[in-house]
Amino acid sequence: MAAAIKPGEAYGFFTDTSICIGCKACEVACKEWNQLEGNDPKFLADSYDNTGQLDDQNWRHVKFIDDVPTQTVDAGDGKAWLMMSDVCKHCKHASCMEVCPTGAIIRTEFDTVFIQQDVCNGCRNCVAACPYSVIAINQKTGTAHKCTLCYDRLQGGMQPACAKACPTQSIQFGPLAELQQAADVRLAALHSQGLTQAELYGRDDKVYGGLNAFFLLMDKPEKYGLPNAANAGLPSRNDLGGYLGALVTGVLGVVAGIVAFRRRGAA
Amino acid sequence: MHLDAAEHFVRAPEWTWYILFYFFFAGLAGGSYVLATLLRLAGGPRDEPAARLGFYISLPATLICPILLTADLGASWLRFWHMLVDVTPGDVGLNFKYWSPMSVGVWALLVFGFFVAVSALDTWVRDRRGRPAGILGASIGRTFTIVGSIFGLFIASYTGVLLSVSNQPVWSDTWALGGLFLASGLSGAAAAITLLVRYRPDAAFSLERLRVADAYFSILELVLLVAFFATVAVAGTAGLIVPWLPLWIIALIGIGASMMGIRQPARRVQASGESAAMAPVALEATVVSILVLVAVLAMRAAVIFSAQ
Repeated sequence: MAAAIKPGEAYGFFTDTSICIGCKACEVACKEWNQLEGNDPKFLADSYDNTGQLDDQNWRHVKFIDDVPTQTVDAGDGKAWLMMSDVCKHCKHASCMEVCPTGAIIRTEFDTVFIQQDVCNGCRNCVAACPYSVIAINQKTGTAHKCTLCYDRLQGGMQPACAKACPTQSIQFGPLAELQQAADVRLAALHSQGLTQAELYGRDDKVYGGLNAFFLLMDKPEKYGLPNAANAGLPSRNDLGGYLGALVTGVLGVVAGIVAFRRRGAA
Repeated sequence: MHLDAAEHFVRAPEWTWYILFYFFFAGLAGGSYVLATLLRLAGGPRDEPAARLGFYISLPATLICPILLTADLGASWLRFWHMLVDVTPGDVGLNFKYWSPMSVGVWALLVFGFFVAVSALDTWVRDRRGRPAGILGASIGRTFTIVGSIFGLFIASYTGVLLSVSNQPVWSDTWALGGLFLASGLSGAAAAITLLVRYRPDAAFSLERLRVADAYFSILELVLLVAFFATVAVAGTAGLIVPWLPLWIIALIGIGASMMGIRQPARRVQASGESAAMAPVALEATVVSILVLVAVLAMRAAVIFSAQ
């Protein structure tokens, strides 16, 4: 990163899964910098992934998606393994931020989504809302934790630890506009090589108004455990229907009560 | 926005026992306040004792709510007040997001708590001091309980909307939860008042009316339950509610038991007030009321756990 990191500009990640080698340097660098203790080691018996998920201790998680054809006569065409370093998407329209009742979740001066640890009270509304299963409660602090996009490093003019450590530049950090340009070039290159399944996820505004941490995928989003555009809804989409249902029930309930309780004849 | 083929990759928020009981008591608190108001305003003078029972029930049922919500925060329980006040450095102010039911709900609970406390005091004054108009006077008292009832209806229902305003499977796939929780809260409140009539015999006059009301609420609940199942089935997440079948059956038993109340002949009205004739009524009403209250809890448990 040659250019200075300036407050007021939108920053993010472009994670190019086509060149992820699953080394997990991002996971390690993230834990080192953010002093995350990590969960107790577990053997998940699921490919080479024993991290399992993003949570309060894992702010980067390399997904190993077994896409090996059952009939191995096929060359696979690069589809044998899908590896993806998953992270908080820092959505433009963030579900977590939308529902947070305490105001703990804010957009920073770098246009990233950040949970203020001294404000959060652990209500878990953001956990219920995040469509990417990013946020989890730290039982020790009783607060919600997730990737900060290395807010402290950005303030110090340094790029996030995961991007710095990534040996293949699968994780690129920078001003959003530059990343989007780089992603477009990369996508065109892959398409020209015949890899037409490659697509950008979160580059445009179809999912949550656009993602500051967006991806180049080698298969459909669902394959990576990411909701497609049709399923990317904000929690508030259900306010109207929910309250209308309650309102109609309330009116009918009151009418029913009046009918049942009304003074009758001799009473 | 309607989502056709719902796909969810969300983590469960682990809202479990504290929240389940919060939803239960919020339903009873809101429901009993509303029923008390309706008994007083729509019923006759002989419904007043039952109305007072309703106002009394709403007090402990409301008081336990913030305790359960605070306990649910775990290690951050001392920060419950952060729901109300945004303590973001440099941006301190009150929190209110009309689009976030949790944010609206905590304010509504605070305001409702005020109404409940004043109404309970008012009821106590009517009982002990023999002042039939209470501390507020007849016309202000009427307006006061009507406004309080609006908050009561909100408290009993918003918890369902809160679940829907998320990205959780089942919860966010339906619009019916707010109404469902409200109908069941009203039904549960009728059952709670009925159960406590034994401690206030002069309220027995209203038993029949409460049973009819309970039956109406249960019909409403059944309709909403069908709507809930239908919306979840359309979204393709019905598979998640199937493992909780025993709880749904318990909920349906409660609904069925109270719906039978509508077919009962009116002869028991005459029986009220006479202790000998009261006995079978009391036994039947007690059994039905317990079934209804268990159903209120079971339905909420089935909804909460199906997504988690």
